[in-house]
This record gives sequence, C-alpha cells and structure tokens, in this order.
Amino acid sequence: MQALTDWLSGLPPIQWLAELGPRFYKAFFEAGRWQLYLKGLGVTFQITIAAISMGLVLGLAVAMVRTAHDQQRPGRRNPLLGLANLVCKVYATVIRGTPMMVQILIWNFVVFSTRNKILVGMVAMGINAGAYISEIIRGGLMSVDPGQSEAGRSLGLSYLDTMRFIVIPQAFKNILPSMGNELVTLFKDTSLVNAIGAAEMTYYASRIGGKTFDYMPPLLIIAAIYLVFVMGLTWLQGRLERRLRQSERR
Amino acid sequence: MIDVKNLSKSFGDNLVLDGISEHIRPGEKVVVIGPSGSGKSTFLRCLNLLETPTSGTITFDGTEITDPKADINAIRRQMGMVFQHFNLFPNMTIRKNITLAPVRAGLMSQAEADGAAAALLARVGLEEKADAYPAQLSGGQKQRIAIVRALAMRPKVLLFDEPTSALDPEMVGEVLEVMKELAREGMTMVVVTHEMGFAREVGTRVLFMDGGRILEQDEPHAFFAHPREQRTIDFLSKVL
Repeated sequence: MQALTDWLSGLPPIQWLAELGPRFYKAFFEAGRWQLYLKGLGVTFQITIAAISMGLVLGLAVAMVRTAHDQQRPGRRNPLLGLANLVCKVYATVIRGTPMMVQILIWNFVVFSTRNKILVGMVAMGINAGAYISEIIRGGLMSVDPGQSEAGRSLGLSYLDTMRFIVIPQAFKNILPSMGNELVTLFKDTSLVNAIGAAEMTYYASRIGGKTFDYMPPLLIIAAIYLVFVMGLTWLQGRLERRLRQSERR
Repeated sequence: MIDVKNLSKSFGDNLVLDGISEHIRPGEKVVVIGPSGSGKSTFLRCLNLLETPTSGTITFDGTEITDPKADINAIRRQMGMVFQHFNLFPNMTIRKNITLAPVRAGLMSQAEADGAAAALLARVGLEEKADAYPAQLSGGQKQRIAIVRALAMRPKVLLFDEPTSALDPEMVGEVLEVMKELAREGMTMVVVTHEMGFAREVGTRVLFMDGGRILEQDEPHAFFAHPREQRTIDFLSKVL
C-alpha cells in the first residue's frame, strides 16, 4: 500500500498537481503579496478612468467638429471649422494607424521626460481612446434619422439645441454597445503600460513572478481578475441598454 | 406673405426646381400636386430652407430668408412644418415633444408651455397621451401630435409635406379633419399632397408641378373641371 502511494506521488503529473497549491499560495498570500495585486488593480482602474474620461472629451469634441463640418449648408462654409476638421482628421488617422504600444513608447521616450510613468500611461491611452471614441460617436450621430434634426431645425431650434436635446440622446443609445466595448478594451490594454514601467497590475504580477522564480501563478491570477471585471462591466452595460430602450416599448 | 422669385435647385447635375416664381398670400391654402419627382417636396422644403436654393430669392414677411445673413432660426419659428414620416422625437414624451421648442425659444415658460400643450392636445382629442412616448401611438395619432407640435410655436404659416402618405388608409381621415379645422380658422397653409379630395374641398388654389416647374394653377373647382395643359389632364386622369 505504502509502495503504491509512493509510486503514485512520484508520478510527474501528480507531483505537479500537488505543488500547485503551494505555488499559488506563495504567489498570492506569502509576504502579503495580495496587497500588491490590489495596489496594481487600483492603478489599472486609475489609468482606465483617466483614459476613458479624456477619450470621451476628446472624442466628443472631434466628433462634433467633424459632423458640424459635414453638415454645413453649401455656400456657408466656415474656414475655421475647415481647419479644425483637418486637424481632427489627421489626429484620428495617425492614432488609429499606428500601434498603441508604439504610441506608448513614443510618449515615454520621445515626448515626456518624467518619472511619473502612470501619468504618461494615462495620456498615451487617453489620446488613443479619443481617436477611437470620436469615430464611435460620429457613427452614432450619423445613425440618427436625418428627419429628426430636420424636425428640430424646422421648429426654430438652433443647431446646438437640436444636437443636445434630439440627436445626441438618440445617438447615445446606438453608441452604448460600442462604447462598452471600448471601455473593456481600454481596461485590458492598460496592461501595455507595463512596458514603460508604470506600476499597474501586470507590472506587479511580473515582479512577483521574478521574485518567486515562478511566473505561472501570478499571471493566471491577474488573468482571472481581468476576466471578472470585464464580465462585470459587460453585465452593467447590458442593464443600462435595457433601461435606455424603455421609451421604445409599447 | 411668402414671395418666391426665380427659385432653382439642383442636386449635382440634376435640376429639380427650374426657376419657380410664386406668391403666397396670408390666409391662402395652397395645395401642390404633381407626379413624384416633379420637385413639389423640394419646393416646400426650400420655403423654410431645409434645402438651400441654388439660385433665386425667397422673401417671408419682408425678410429675405435666402440672404446668408438672415436669422434662419427666427424665421423657422414662424413657419411650422409637418413631415410625411411625422418625425416626432422618440426619446421624449408627447408633452416634451410639444413644449421643447417654445420653451427653448423663450416664447413661454415650461408651465405656460405645458398649459398650451394640454389645450392643443385637447383640440385634437389626445389630451390623455401627454405622458406617452411616440412609439406608443398609432400613425394617425403621431401625425396629429406633429401638427400640434408645429402649432405650439404659433406659426404664421404651416407647411405640410405629404402629411397623409405614410398613414394607413383608415387613419387618413382623422389627420385631414384636423387640417380642415385649421384651414377654417384661417391658417395660411401650403400642402403637398396626393389627396385630391382635400385639394378640392379645402384648397383656395391648386398648383400642378412637373419637371421642376409650376405648369398650371387655378382655383380648385376650375382646376379639376377644366385643366388646360395636356400633362395635367394625363395626371388627373390617372389619380382621379
């Protein structure tokens, strides 16, 4: 009997399984390492929130400029708006046409010379998000039936009032799914700023891996944390969409 | 009231309006008929500059609205428009649909506008729908609300762009009834429509358009009894 157990526990797969518990324990509980994950997660959230806020402001501004430019009445073109439109177009093309990783490295090594890597990460991700969000918002604004803004304008409402009360609230509903996806993508992509040494969750995971000479447990742990929060966000998004659809119900 | 001189409009190479001159006097009910593609909707949409004319001038109450410096929002407040597809705002209640423009324009406070909306809704028999959303209404109800929404601005003229064309046949009557009542009260109206009965009964003048021009016009009884142009006779023989 004893011989059998000895033989079994000597088998490589069994040995591997038996060591899993201690390996994960070491990666998570030993030396209070769980606090590092938490700290990293906090920074990940900070970067995500800063980037999405910046992206929303930039994206809305760019989308408004580009839509307003395209909707001008012929013969009444505003040259200033034309210039702003050109700037916005170049911005969206450059940002959407280059890899996010390259952008982060450029912001870090070419543009900024600060030790605050988290700030660099926020700026890089926010400016990146702005370009994608502007396209999402622009698509949403264009998806609203032109008859809606015609009705608003025919009542004597100004262009901005028509946008504010009629077009944007309706576009919002169409935008929400893509905006949710953008938020999820952004949340996950914050792991890229690890490359410039910003101390977010992935950064701490690889540090723990280096310290314990065992990368598998910390990486699986953060993968699970990312997944849980993405699922939570998706669920929230679904609830919000259902609430917004209420006015269409009979 | 509305004076149109040499109005032309082209979309690219396609000439849709070909030098139209026309005068609409206060209190008139002008009915515009014609085959599809004749430019009648474009003509109507030029009157409140939803389409920008390629050339020509439009003067409304002494103001040249085709002048680039004209305050187009102020002019549109005095010209209501009713669309074929209603274009109610689906994200607002009926009350908000009606009160948004008068309140934003500073014509009324929200409380005054709410009162005005209730009175207008009662006139078309829809007072209990004030808190409903457009999706909860039938087509005929939507169009009656759309008329009320335009009326809430106390416009001097109402433009109707095929107001009954998107309705189920059984709902056409209720919308025409509201329009007839407005006509009786003396509202100036320009109506693009395929409803020949309405043209005959309510119109003070019928314009027949084809190929971007007004081919023929007359007072309705004479117009339907003795059309002069061959094109008009062909058209009327198909629709009557």
